[in-house]
Amino acid sequence: MLNYTLRRLMFSVPVLLFISFIIFLILDLAPSDPTGNLPLTIPPEVREKIRTSLGLDAPMWVRYLLWCKQFFINEPLNIWDQWRGTCSFNCEDRLRVVSYVTRSPVVDLIVERMPQTLWVVGMSYVVGILIAIPIGVISAYKQYSVFDQAGTFISMVGFSVPPFFSGVLVIVIFSVQLGWFPSIYDTTLEVVDWETFKMQVKQMIMPVMVLALQTTAQISRFMRASMLDNLNQDYVRTARAKGLKESVVLLVHVLRNSLIPVVTVIALGVPAVFGGAIITEQVFKVNGIGQLLIIGIQGGDAPLVQTLTFIFAVMIVFANLIADILYGILDPRIRYD
Amino acid sequence: MKLKSTLLGAAAAIALASSALAGSHEAQGRDGQLNIIYWQAASILNPYLSGGNKDIDASALVLEPLARYDENGNMVAWLAEDIPTVENGGVAEDLTSITWTLKEGLVWSDGTPVTSADVVFTANYCMNEEGGCQQLAGFADIGSVEALDDRSVKITFTKPKPFPYSALVGSTMPILQQEQFKDCVGVNAPNCTAENFGPIGTGPFMVEEFKANDTVVYVANPNYRDGGKPAFGRVTFKGGGDAASAARSVLETGEFDYAWNLQVDPTVLAQMAAAGKGTVVSAFGTGVERLMVNLTNPDPALGDKRSTLEGGPHPFLTDPAVRRALSLAIDRNLLAEVGYGEAGKATCNVVPAPAIYVSTANDECLVQDIAKANAILDEAGWMPGPDGIRQKDGVRLSILYQTSTNAVRQDTQALVKQWWSEIGVETELKNIDAAVFFGGDQSSPDTFQKFYADIEMYTNLFDGTDPEAYMGSWVCSEIPSPANNWLGSNMPRYCNPEYDALAEKLATTAALEDRAAIVKQMNDMLMQEGAMIPLVHRGSVSAHANSLEGVRLNVWDSQMWNVADWSRAK
Repeated sequence: MLNYTLRRLMFSVPVLLFISFIIFLILDLAPSDPTGNLPLTIPPEVREKIRTSLGLDAPMWVRYLLWCKQFFINEPLNIWDQWRGTCSFNCEDRLRVVSYVTRSPVVDLIVERMPQTLWVVGMSYVVGILIAIPIGVISAYKQYSVFDQAGTFISMVGFSVPPFFSGVLVIVIFSVQLGWFPSIYDTTLEVVDWETFKMQVKQMIMPVMVLALQTTAQISRFMRASMLDNLNQDYVRTARAKGLKESVVLLVHVLRNSLIPVVTVIALGVPAVFGGAIITEQVFKVNGIGQLLIIGIQGGDAPLVQTLTFIFAVMIVFANLIADILYGILDPRIRYD
Repeated sequence: MKLKSTLLGAAAAIALASSALAGSHEAQGRDGQLNIIYWQAASILNPYLSGGNKDIDASALVLEPLARYDENGNMVAWLAEDIPTVENGGVAEDLTSITWTLKEGLVWSDGTPVTSADVVFTANYCMNEEGGCQQLAGFADIGSVEALDDRSVKITFTKPKPFPYSALVGSTMPILQQEQFKDCVGVNAPNCTAENFGPIGTGPFMVEEFKANDTVVYVANPNYRDGGKPAFGRVTFKGGGDAASAARSVLETGEFDYAWNLQVDPTVLAQMAAAGKGTVVSAFGTGVERLMVNLTNPDPALGDKRSTLEGGPHPFLTDPAVRRALSLAIDRNLLAEVGYGEAGKATCNVVPAPAIYVSTANDECLVQDIAKANAILDEAGWMPGPDGIRQKDGVRLSILYQTSTNAVRQDTQALVKQWWSEIGVETELKNIDAAVFFGGDQSSPDTFQKFYADIEMYTNLFDGTDPEAYMGSWVCSEIPSPANNWLGSNMPRYCNPEYDALAEKLATTAALEDRAAIVKQMNDMLMQEGAMIPLVHRGSVSAHANSLEGVRLNVWDSQMWNVADWSRAK
C-alpha cells in the first residue's frame, strides 16, 4: 500500500506541472484583458502602460516560468518564513504571485477567504451528508413507499432547482417577508461570545441549507442505489437466516458494505468544498473562494485565476488518491500492490 | 515590517490620545454605524492603481483632492484654500502654470501636517513611467510640479492650458502621504500591499480593516479638520452580489443604509421602493449610451485591412441618408423607459451635460418617425428587394450590431432590430463579454476598438465637467488601426479636417463661453454627419435608507464626496 501511495505521489508531480501549463495556456489564449473593466475615460495609451507595468509585454513562456518560480519556490519560502518568523534568502526582495486587480499576494487573498468558505460550504457538505445517508438507507429499505417517493421528489428538486433561484427564494421568504435572517453575510463578524455565535448561525442558515439541498440530492441517490444493490445479496439472506435482528442486518451488515462506494464519492467531493460555491456565495454575499474566482475571471486577473485553479487541481489529484486508498482500507478484497 | 507596525502602533496611540483630548466636541461618531453596499466590491484603496469607480469611491472616505466638483458640477476648493484663477493670480496670464495653496493647519489622520511636499510627491508618483498609474491622462502636458513653500505648489505646463484643473482635482486624483508611499514609486507601486490597502488620508474616516474584493471597515478620523464630523463612528463598506440584491438590502430589508449604482429593471426597483424603507435617488452626468457607426468596411474578405481606412469606406453606412433613417426609426423614449427608468432620458447629443455645452440643433431624433425614415431611404434609391430588405446596386442593408453582454443592452438590441426591420433593414445581433469587448487584447477580434461589425453600442462619458479631452476622441489621429496597435478612441473612424481644426482651436481657447460654442459645434458636426447615433442619456441611480440624511448624489465626483456630512435622522 505504501509503495503504491508513493508511486502515485511521484506520478502526480508531472501531471500537476502539465495541468499548470495547460491552465496558463488557456488563460493566456482567452481574449480577456486586465484593463478591460477600467473606466472608458482612461485613454488607450495609459492602458498600454498599465499592461506593461503588469509585465504583460513579456513572452508567454517567460511569464509562465516566472509564475512557476513565484508559486513553487517563493510562496513556500514565504510560508516557511511566516511560520518561523525568519527572513531567509533575502525575503524583502522576494516576488510573490501578485493579483493584477488588488496588487496584493494571491495566497493572502485565498487565506483570507478560507474561513467563510469552509464555514458555509464545508458545513453544508456535512449537513448534506448527515441528512442524505438516513434518507438513502430508509428509501432503499422501504423501496416504493411514500417515504421513498418523497425522498426521490426532494432529490429531484435538489438536482433541478439552481441555487440562484432557491437562494433568492429563501431570501425573499426569510429575510424580506419574515425578517428572520440577514440576506447579506457579514465576513467581518468574529465569534467571541454567545451573541456573536448566534449571529453567525443566523447568517449561515440560509446559504448552508441552499447548498445542503444539492449535496443531499446527490448523496442520497448514491446511498439508496448502493443499499439496493446489497439488500438482495446472499449474505443478507444468510444473516437473516442466522436469526440476527433486522436492525443488525441493516445497520451492521448492509450499511457498512453499502458505504464503501459512497465514501469514495464523498471523498471526491471534498475539493469542491474548498473551491467554494460560486453562485451561492454570490447570492448571499459570502465572498469566499468561489466569489474570488469569479471576480478574477471577470477582471482578467490571470495570476489569481491561475493560482486558484491550480490549487483546485492539486486538491482534486490528492482527493482521488485518498479515495483510492480509502477504498482499499474499507474493502480488504481490493489490493493495489 | 516590524518597524512599520511599531510606527503604526505609535500613530494609533497618538490618535487615541488626541480623540480623548477632543472630548469637548463629543459629537464625532454620535450616530454609530453606517452600512454601505457596493455590489462591485472594492479591490484596492489607491485610486491611482484602481479598477474603477468602486475603488475610487471606497478610497474617497479616506483620501481627498485639492478641489472637487459638487453635485451641480461646480468646482469647490477642498484641501486647497481656494480655486486658483487668472483673476486671483493663481493661474498665470499666459495659462502655462497654476499655483495651488493648501488650507492652513491641515493634518493627516496620523497627526502629521500635510505639506506641499505631499502634493508634489503625489504628482510625481502618478507621472512615474513605470508605475502603471491609471490617472496619467489627468497629468498630461505637465512640465514640472514644484513646492514654492510649505503650503503652495506650482504646476507648470509645457503649453498653455485653458483648463488647468485636470491634475489633483476630483476623487480620482487625491493627495497621498509622502511619508507612507515614499518607497512605493514606479516599479514598486504594486508591491506596497499594506499602503495600497490602508492609505493614510485627510478625509473623515480611516481604514481599520480591508478585505480585498469583500469589505472595508472604517472608523472616524479623530484628526479630521471639521470638528464634530463625521457623525458616524464606523462605516462598513460591503461588496459583492448584484445590483438587485443591493437594492433589496436597502429598500426592503433595511440592513444597509446606502446602495450604489442600482442598474435594476425599473419596475423591480419601483416595487422594492414601495416597501417604504428607503428612497431611490438619481442624477445625470455625461454618460450617453450610443451607437457607433462604422464608416469603414468591416468585410472579413479584406483580412488585415478590415475596419481600417485602407480597407475603404463602408458599403452603405457612408450614405448620410441611411444613417439618418436608422436614427429616425428608433424610439429613444421607449428605450429609456424600458431599460433605465428614472436613470435614463432620450438624447440626440453626444455631449448631454453640463447645460452650457448642450446643443439643441439635433432634436429631430427625439420623436420616432418610421414613415419619414422609409421616405428618406426611398428617396435615396434604397428599394425593398424580394426578401423585403432594401438594396441598391447589389448592396443589401444588412447590419451586424454588437455590444457587451448586459440584460439592458440585449433588450435595447432587440427593440432596435424590430424598428429597423420596419424600415427594411436586416440586423444580426451579437453580444460579447464586457472584459473581452472593452479589453484591449490584440489577438481578439471582438474588441470595440477593432470594431469588426457595422454598428456597436456602449456608453461613454467624461470625468469632471470639461469635455476637451473627450471631444478630442474623434480626430483623425485617434482612429484605431494595426499601425497604432488598435489604440485609439475614434471608433467610427470619423475623419474630418474641419473637426480636427475645431479640436485644435478648443485647446487654445480660454473663455468658457467660447469653449462652449466650439464644443456645441463639434457635437453638431458629429451628430449631423451621423458618426454616432446617441440613444439614452444615462444617469446614476442609488438608494439610501430613509433614516440617512445628507446624501447629495453627485455624478461629477465620487458618490462619497460629502460622506462627512451624512448623519442619522433622529
